[in-house]
Amino acid sequence: MSDRPLSPSPEGWESVTTERPVVRWTAITVALVFLALFLLLPLVIVFVEAFRRGAQAYLEAFQEPDAQAAIWLTLTVAAISVPLNVLFGLTASWAIAKFDFKGKSLLITLIDLPFSVSPVVAGLIYVLLFGAQGFFGPFLSAAGFKVIFALPGIVLATVFVTFPFVARELIPLMQEQGTSEEEAALTLGASGWRTFWTVTLPNIRWGLLYGVLLCNARAMGEFGAVSVVSGHIRGLTNTMPLHVEILYNEYNFVAAFAVASLLAGLAIFTLGVKSFLEWRYGDSLSKRVSH
Amino acid sequence: MQAVPHRPTAHGRRFRPLWRGCAAALVAGAAMLAGGSHAQAQTQLLNVSYDPTRELYREINKAFADEWKQKTGETITVRASHGGSGAQARTVIDGIDADVVTLGIPSDIDAIARATKKIPADWRSKLPNNGLPYTSTVVFIVRKGNPKSVKDWDDLAKPGVQVVTPNPKTSAGGRWNFLAAWGYAQQKEGGSVEKARAFVTEIYRNVPVLDTGARGSTVTFAQRNIGDVLPAWENEAFLILEEFGKDKFDIVVPSVSILAEPPVALVDGNVDSKGTRKAAEAYLQFLYGDKAQAIFAKHHYRPSKREAAAKEDLADLPEIKLFTIESLQGNWDDIQKNNFDSGGIFDQISKR
Amino acid sequence: MSSAAPVLSRLKRPSVIPGFGITFGFSLFYLGLIVLLPLAALIVRASRIGWDGFLAVATDSRVLAALKVSFGISLLAALVASVFGLLVAWVLTRYDFPGRRIIDAVVDLPFALPTAVAGIALAALYAPNGWIGGLVEPFGLKIAYTPAGIFIALVFIGLPFAVRTVEPLIAEIDREQEEASATLGASRSRTLWKVLLPPLIPAILTGFALAFARAVGEYGSVIFIAGNLPYVSEIAPLLIVIKLSEFDYAGAAVIATIMLAISFLALLVINLIQAWSRRRFGHV
Repeated sequence: MSDRPLSPSPEGWESVTTERPVVRWTAITVALVFLALFLLLPLVIVFVEAFRRGAQAYLEAFQEPDAQAAIWLTLTVAAISVPLNVLFGLTASWAIAKFDFKGKSLLITLIDLPFSVSPVVAGLIYVLLFGAQGFFGPFLSAAGFKVIFALPGIVLATVFVTFPFVARELIPLMQEQGTSEEEAALTLGASGWRTFWTVTLPNIRWGLLYGVLLCNARAMGEFGAVSVVSGHIRGLTNTMPLHVEILYNEYNFVAAFAVASLLAGLAIFTLGVKSFLEWRYGDSLSKRVSH
Repeated sequence: MQAVPHRPTAHGRRFRPLWRGCAAALVAGAAMLAGGSHAQAQTQLLNVSYDPTRELYREINKAFADEWKQKTGETITVRASHGGSGAQARTVIDGIDADVVTLGIPSDIDAIARATKKIPADWRSKLPNNGLPYTSTVVFIVRKGNPKSVKDWDDLAKPGVQVVTPNPKTSAGGRWNFLAAWGYAQQKEGGSVEKARAFVTEIYRNVPVLDTGARGSTVTFAQRNIGDVLPAWENEAFLILEEFGKDKFDIVVPSVSILAEPPVALVDGNVDSKGTRKAAEAYLQFLYGDKAQAIFAKHHYRPSKREAAAKEDLADLPEIKLFTIESLQGNWDDIQKNNFDSGGIFDQISKR
Repeated sequence: MSSAAPVLSRLKRPSVIPGFGITFGFSLFYLGLIVLLPLAALIVRASRIGWDGFLAVATDSRVLAALKVSFGISLLAALVASVFGLLVAWVLTRYDFPGRRIIDAVVDLPFALPTAVAGIALAALYAPNGWIGGLVEPFGLKIAYTPAGIFIALVFIGLPFAVRTVEPLIAEIDREQEEASATLGASRSRTLWKVLLPPLIPAILTGFALAFARAVGEYGSVIFIAGNLPYVSEIAPLLIVIKLSEFDYAGAAVIATIMLAISFLALLVINLIQAWSRRRFGHV
């Protein structure tokens, strides 16, 4: 997350603060083999399997109306849930970073909670609330409003699992920046709203983008929570990850990996932009660990 | 970003072009969404089905839509959802707005009827042939050349033979496999209820992977190369040969097997609230018609109207002595309760 | 929006910055709506069957076995992820080699790659006919569809947590300490062990706890590669899904509640580690 200067040290100096070359290269080799085995190979095989029968078969996977519907649904879900969590991330970090109040650490812990809740549990809670057998189920069905097995349920589950992403990124960042710039702006007569737009936002924009990026990657890729609330209706409530599972279960491995490769491409894009932000704007990102 | 449109416009003039652009994109997106749902205003039916019928209903749904267009001039889309039969019944109970259910085993439709009242308790009497447009049975798939020489049900209980079968709790195919093995052991010479219980216990000791649906088991066996024998829906067995190659697997037909009855029913409660009763009823009737019956046979199901099917499709289906589980264990409420409900025989024998 | 509600003024220290009421209020409202209310519903649903019913589900041998699989393998995976994570973080911060920046970016792949994609990719690699599974099969080893498969998936999931929590601390190590240690005659390995490692321990523990918490709840990547066999390779989240499929809402809610309690516990432990670290080392 942070910049680590790797200035080649002067020779004699280095010898006491680093390991012997043989140790160093063993460590590098072990680490690289480990990473290749665990991280790179899975990524590579997605594309290998996707192109197993050539580019033609690969492209055909996206001609399917069901696949297109899944892509469209995934984009829709992300387009709704990411802005919601951005709004929350901005308000929560403003409240937490710019003010001192009792119970602040409890609030931060609660915001972190969805990170460690199993995605399956995240889906289950909405079934228990909004399913036909759930607390609000009878009321909702009487009103003719569908939550579970429809877009609202999928969005809710996605919002839950991506809940902390933006807030987690912004809170430490805004805490580091303190309140002096805002106080100065306010003293000079700017309104609170204007202070936010012209002072705070420019300071946190890269952190915000960073949070949005991770939030979006998770929103588009969520599987467990969405699979519990989706109902798996082809062409209607199937998101891309669910469509991957369906194709996989229909022996259509090329198409499954083709759709998966699209998601893997999204992951690579996310990592690329993320690394770029860290490299270029590392100073204006939070120093704390984000997930 | 959405903070912008939510605030009063007193500070609106300070909006930067970037944020204005975002707001515009949001509005445009919402409009497109709204437009999208308008385009889908035509009639849609939802068929909630079990695991191995994916390929079948893709063809049936298209055939029905064509016929509907011809007859009424209206465009109709039949959507399908697939999964373990029990899991699928659960989604209907939890409120998925299925117009029809085409599940793997009668007790799953009973479960919906009991829990939601959206299907009448006497649903079997509403459609011809007890709600069964087709039937099927259980056969074995083994690896090419049958290296473990699996010939009949007894071989599944032998030590060293790995059996891949889905979880009877969530899958209809899993339940038919269980009941077929049970029925075989009970009816065999010198067989009894006690012996049947011991027999299925032996078989489930040989199970290395218990997937939640029949399709999961097929993938485990055929794609992941696990296990020596896969007792499966007959139609699924043929599909494996077609998908993975006849040079990789053989079908073994046991001496006797179960008459598997995957029923269909109208979800009255949903079609009335959605206003799709007419189309949904027509869809179910269509399943009993010649066109659909031929498609069933083509996908290796056993059509209730044999004369509608192509001769070569029927010839593919092996001759097996079939028994019904009701003849051994009484009505479906008892079959489900005694074998598969919490604390039932399956739970007892799988305790370790 | 500049003045906070009177009740809030008792909660918070006065400040010239406006907007506390609306941002704090909205945050609480949103948190309550999305997270707290649904979780409360879960606990209410689980408590409906009473204490005896709860215990009966929780001590059912299959549930216990699933929890044991989930916890046991998650612990092991978090442990391995922490050890290798430390090594990877060290290599990435202290050594220079070609492609370091790319490798550094790849570490975050499990954050960005959808779990279902990771699941089918790992299954394809480690299946008996896969690239890696095929290599070990002649030795009678099976990885995919056994508990070892779950382990692989959970290491994958946990690795970035282990790397990213220690990485910044390694970068901040004051080289003068090392020089001092070396000048005083300590061997390099002694310096590593006695001088450099101790301040990293809280971060390693935090990374371990994060990896563990994430691993226990993981579903998507595991179900494709685990055999899903009860008592052997069935994880607790899958058992929740199965209980749901069996119309056993109470059972599902009970297992979910147990897992939720564990999530809380993991968060608590992480907070405690960080509080301890702040006292002991002056940093998180």
